[in-house]
Amino acid sequence: MPEFFRRLANTSLTARVALGIALLLVMGGVFVSIAAFAYGREAARSAYDRLLLGAANDIASAIAVQDGAPVIELPVSAFELLAFAPDDRIGYRLIGPGGKTLTGYDEIVLPAGRREIGDGFFDGTFFGEPARFAVVSRRFAERTLNGTVKVVVGQTLLARNEMALDITRKALYVLVASGFAMVLLAAIVVRSVLRPLESIAGGLSMRDPHDLTPIDTSVPKETTVMISALNGFMARLDRQMNSMRHLISDTAHQLRTPVAALRAQADLFSDETDPARKDQIAGRIRTRSESLGRLLDQMLSQALVIHRGESVRREKVDLRDIALDVFEEGDHAVLTPEVEVSLDLGEEPVIVLADGPSLKEAVKNFLSNAVTHGRSPVRIGAALNGGKAEIFVEDAGKGPDEAVMAKLGSRFARGSVSRSSSAGLGLAIAHAVGDAFGGKLVLQKGPETGFKAALVFEPAGEAAT
Amino acid sequence: MTGASILRALVAALAVAVPVSCFTSTGWGQELVEDFGAEDVDRVMVLRSTTDISVFGPVVDAFLQLRPDLKIRYEQWGSNALYRISRQDCRDASSGADVVISSGVHQMVQLVNERCASRYRSRLTEQLPEALRWRDELWGITREPAVIVYNRELVPEIDVPRTRFDLLDLLRPSGTPYAKRVATYDIEESGLGYLFAFADFQEASTFGALQESFGRTEAVSTCCSADIIRGVAEGRYLIAYNVLGSYAQAYRQQDDRIGIVLPSDYTLVLARALMIPIAARNEAAADAFLDFLLSSEGTFALRKALLISPLLEVEDGGEAETLSPTALRPIGLSPSLMVALDAMTRETFLRRWRATFPGP
Repeated sequence: MPEFFRRLANTSLTARVALGIALLLVMGGVFVSIAAFAYGREAARSAYDRLLLGAANDIASAIAVQDGAPVIELPVSAFELLAFAPDDRIGYRLIGPGGKTLTGYDEIVLPAGRREIGDGFFDGTFFGEPARFAVVSRRFAERTLNGTVKVVVGQTLLARNEMALDITRKALYVLVASGFAMVLLAAIVVRSVLRPLESIAGGLSMRDPHDLTPIDTSVPKETTVMISALNGFMARLDRQMNSMRHLISDTAHQLRTPVAALRAQADLFSDETDPARKDQIAGRIRTRSESLGRLLDQMLSQALVIHRGESVRREKVDLRDIALDVFEEGDHAVLTPEVEVSLDLGEEPVIVLADGPSLKEAVKNFLSNAVTHGRSPVRIGAALNGGKAEIFVEDAGKGPDEAVMAKLGSRFARGSVSRSSSAGLGLAIAHAVGDAFGGKLVLQKGPETGFKAALVFEPAGEAAT
Repeated sequence: MTGASILRALVAALAVAVPVSCFTSTGWGQELVEDFGAEDVDRVMVLRSTTDISVFGPVVDAFLQLRPDLKIRYEQWGSNALYRISRQDCRDASSGADVVISSGVHQMVQLVNERCASRYRSRLTEQLPEALRWRDELWGITREPAVIVYNRELVPEIDVPRTRFDLLDLLRPSGTPYAKRVATYDIEESGLGYLFAFADFQEASTFGALQESFGRTEAVSTCCSADIIRGVAEGRYLIAYNVLGSYAQAYRQQDDRIGIVLPSDYTLVLARALMIPIAARNEAAADAFLDFLLSSEGTFALRKALLISPLLEVEDGGEAETLSPTALRPIGLSPSLMVALDAMTRETFLRRWRATFPGP
């Protein structure tokens, strides 16, 4: 059975529609046949019952009284009426007041219990063949004759059955014709429904591989879903490609300067003859290389963040865990042991929907900025603050200048900051992380508290599971 | 000459000499029997018919020429007796005849209505007009008009009645010479006479007037075809009404003292009915016989026996009357004929007839 369903899922739309219509036609056919046959039988019955009744009335009205006894000269017209069912046998019986047969077939028996009931129809048999009978009574109240004469007229069922079948047959003809029309219509509809899909597929395959612009959305409403999903996907692809492009150009731009500086120092070093100055130059080269290494680390983490922000599924993350992880990795203790770093975590979990590694990168950047440029002591922590979830790093310093602050957070805020160090890039990474998970980068300079860099998010409520 | 054909010649001679058809009627039962076909054949088909053996014999012979493997036992019956025996056979489910042919078509319709006939369908039966078949169980195989016969010597040309109205006019004057000299069937005695009278009664209002005229002029009602025709030839009767045309024509071929008129207001045409009883032992042969009668050979044989009357054919020329086709009223095989056989209706009809012909 699952095999069957799997195959069903792969069936073409045309085949599905064909299957549906076939089912509909078969079921409709069965239903219509039954209904038509029932209707036909009813129609035939009422039509021929009228003939029977007409003939019976005809005969009843021909009864006369002569010498105190009912006599009849059977009207031929009655039999001609019955001859409208040309091949059916005719049975008739006239029953006198005493229940005695006056004329006709004794074989015709009134159904039991109907003896005293008046006129009507009943089903019976006539010489072994099923037949239908009509009973008409005529009352006589004469001096010489008082009583009821019953006229029973019956007929076999050939013509009725023929008529019922005829009606059924005609209904089936109509059904077959409409079935053909439906199949034809369905074929046309399916083709016209599938045409937009074909044109979309055609358009896609004709596309330039670098063309990630949205597809024309002038398609039927039902396919818009697919098209917008496709366009969303392409937009994501486009964004990621753009990020990559930016990353590459950023990297080139940011590496070129320190590498050129290194080269210049190296040249100076080889031209220098004074050993004291040589030592000085070598020291500078080391410092430069170290800062170049940090820059490389950060660019890699930015690449990581950009990549993850677009592609990784968000999950529930406790910001306290992030802060704890960063604190415990303890890079700062190795690089700058002279700075005092403390952890500041609340009791409540601070849950957001984000990606842990990206957040960690961002916080690491805050921390390294704080230990590099800020002043001890440095606090790292996470808290729910005014309905917002935030993770922050705070130091006792004054933070950057107002002019630099204005540019911070932007990817191009390299300016004076990045020239000497990688702080601008770090903030850019944090900004990108905030963006990617619907949060924002907040930089605060307080008179008492010092400089605070934070990422603020909407907390993930219990509902957003 | 075989024994059978000697016998047949003898019977034929007898038929001319003795009014065979006078036995027809009151239940004498089987009148004559004759075997046709080679003696060493085992398969026998029993044919019961109201037609005189002398008339129908040649048709049977023609059939047997095509089917030498068959023997036919021909039983000649009166129509009422044939009806009774067939009905009895049907009720007892005993196999009497393989084929029944009767001029009492109303009786045949009744038998079919009572499920006494077996069904047969072939290309030839389907070619019959609707009026000449019923339920594929009863078929009309002959065409015989009911005619007026007159004595050519004693009835002046101007008096020859061409229509029933002419006949009424002849009988109207008080001192008419035709009083007591018009003959017709005694319908109580003759099933065929009753059928014709009943058909007349259905067909036109003239019949009442005619009946009244017959009564007033003391017309003679008697049995049977041959008797009446001979009476006309010999001058005992001047005019005979409603005589079976096939008999009249056969008689005129030997004796041209009679003239034949097909009434042009309307002429009843009788088609003898054939049925195959439900209990027939030799049904295949019966079917073949029916197909033969409807085939061109059979039609030709029937025509030679005058059972398909040449009088009905316009191009026949000679003395045959030309009739407009609408004047021909075939007595169709339909259940309406059952009315004729209804006991009470028949009683009423006969009572009226008796009032007209008080009897001898």
